Amino acid sequence: MAVNVGEVGALAPSFSLLKMMEEKTGLAISRCFQCQKCTNGCPVSDAMDLKTHEVVRLVQLGARDRLLAANSIWLCVSCRTCEARCPNDIDSSRIMEVLRSLVQPARRTPTGQRVEAFHSAFLGTVRQLGRAYELGLIGVYKMKTATYSQDLSLGLQMFKRRKLKLWPERVRRLRQVREIFQRAEAKKG
Amino acid sequence: MKYTYYPGCSLHSTSWEYDASTRAVFRRLGIELEELDDWSCCGATSAHATDDFLGKALPLRNLILAEEKGQDIMLPCAACYNTLRTADRFMRSGSQQARELNLELARVMGREYQGTVETRHILDVLQDKTVQSLLKSRVVRPLTGLKVAAYYGCLLNRPPEIVSFDVPEQPVVMDRLLETIGAEPVQWSYKTECCGGSSSIPQPEVAVRLNTRIVLDALRSGAQAIVTACPLCHVNLDTRQEGAIGQVPELGAGMPIFHITELLGIALGTPEEEVRQWFARHLVDPGRLFSESTQVA
Repeated sequence: MAVNVGEVGALAPSFSLLKMMEEKTGLAISRCFQCQKCTNGCPVSDAMDLKTHEVVRLVQLGARDRLLAANSIWLCVSCRTCEARCPNDIDSSRIMEVLRSLVQPARRTPTGQRVEAFHSAFLGTVRQLGRAYELGLIGVYKMKTATYSQDLSLGLQMFKRRKLKLWPERVRRLRQVREIFQRAEAKKG
Repeated sequence: MKYTYYPGCSLHSTSWEYDASTRAVFRRLGIELEELDDWSCCGATSAHATDDFLGKALPLRNLILAEEKGQDIMLPCAACYNTLRTADRFMRSGSQQARELNLELARVMGREYQGTVETRHILDVLQDKTVQSLLKSRVVRPLTGLKVAAYYGCLLNRPPEIVSFDVPEQPVVMDRLLETIGAEPVQWSYKTECCGGSSSIPQPEVAVRLNTRIVLDALRSGAQAIVTACPLCHVNLDTRQEGAIGQVPELGAGMPIFHITELLGIALGTPEEEVRQWFARHLVDPGRLFSESTQVA
């Protein structure tokens, strides 16, 4: 499917978006010639408003606003089938990740808010303990997203089968893990 | 033979039975596993999805710890394997960024990473010729008549230049292992399709949709069960079958999902009492397959 330029909003013919994305991802995005292997192998293509090859094309064209409003960037499951099959070595899931990071927190779609809440809850437990702690991260995630009833019966079943551990594990040299997190934060500025 | 064993967070919690069955299999093969002391989370998938530095530094801490031991690292989790291996290959590239990261981690850890140990997935270790012949000679209870779909998912195969020890689009290592223990791997189309594990909490509807396709294709291909080599695929497939169950009544309570090491462990003669403890952690009970078919049991 060709991209209908009339619908994509303001473009950046200066290629500023393309240049910035190529720098951040280290990928030669300008090489894409729209063979669409990415879209055809994508397991969540059917639910995406912009298909993977369209996302790549719009990065080339600089349609920043349209890209950042797309549900596609949040739907991507990072399975990297697109990357494995791309004749130009473009890892589209990496493009999706960088686009996600460009969305202002206030402008995230509801899906975007849930995805970000999950990541921050997960990393929060790793920072505190050095290891992931499912019960803790699920609790924090539910507080952040107010999704208390979602998966309640599943959670109980898992708990009954002792799949969810009650007490967390903690790394002995936690200082090392904390310092890694502090350095990551310092880099973000 | 001895490996440094990195279990990862899942094997200490949601997939306790994958850890227990892995230890059982290696014990019966006479291969020593030494758990990496004070290992920490590799960060998958949240770290590399949100922060470049964290995505490399968290696995690198473990690589540095493992390197002190001097043996190759064996990991049963496909996500940990992918993450550690990606960090390892990045460090070996010797790029300017890799050198900078190494210096920075040396300040935290007191030593640099030299890249002298290999990071290997359990399937890769099990496909070694010596391990194969060991396995063949120690099978005491062949799983004759058990039809299974070997499921590889994403992280064992992609990206091929970093993680693949198999044919990326048509992997066979697990199928061969299943043949070795007498089971019958089916031909099917969803071996390497994503199960949506990373979206299981924030977008369960996506995970259910992807799971449904995988389970139904396995069923259509004549499989009685699916076999995984990743705790995230396992928990996702085992817990989110409601879409498939709703569509196909003959699925009953669902399709059993095995960890590869559970089947290997049974074939190698792990006592029933121990096996029952593994199965008690599954949501879809796999025990019925063993009582239905007297040949298998």
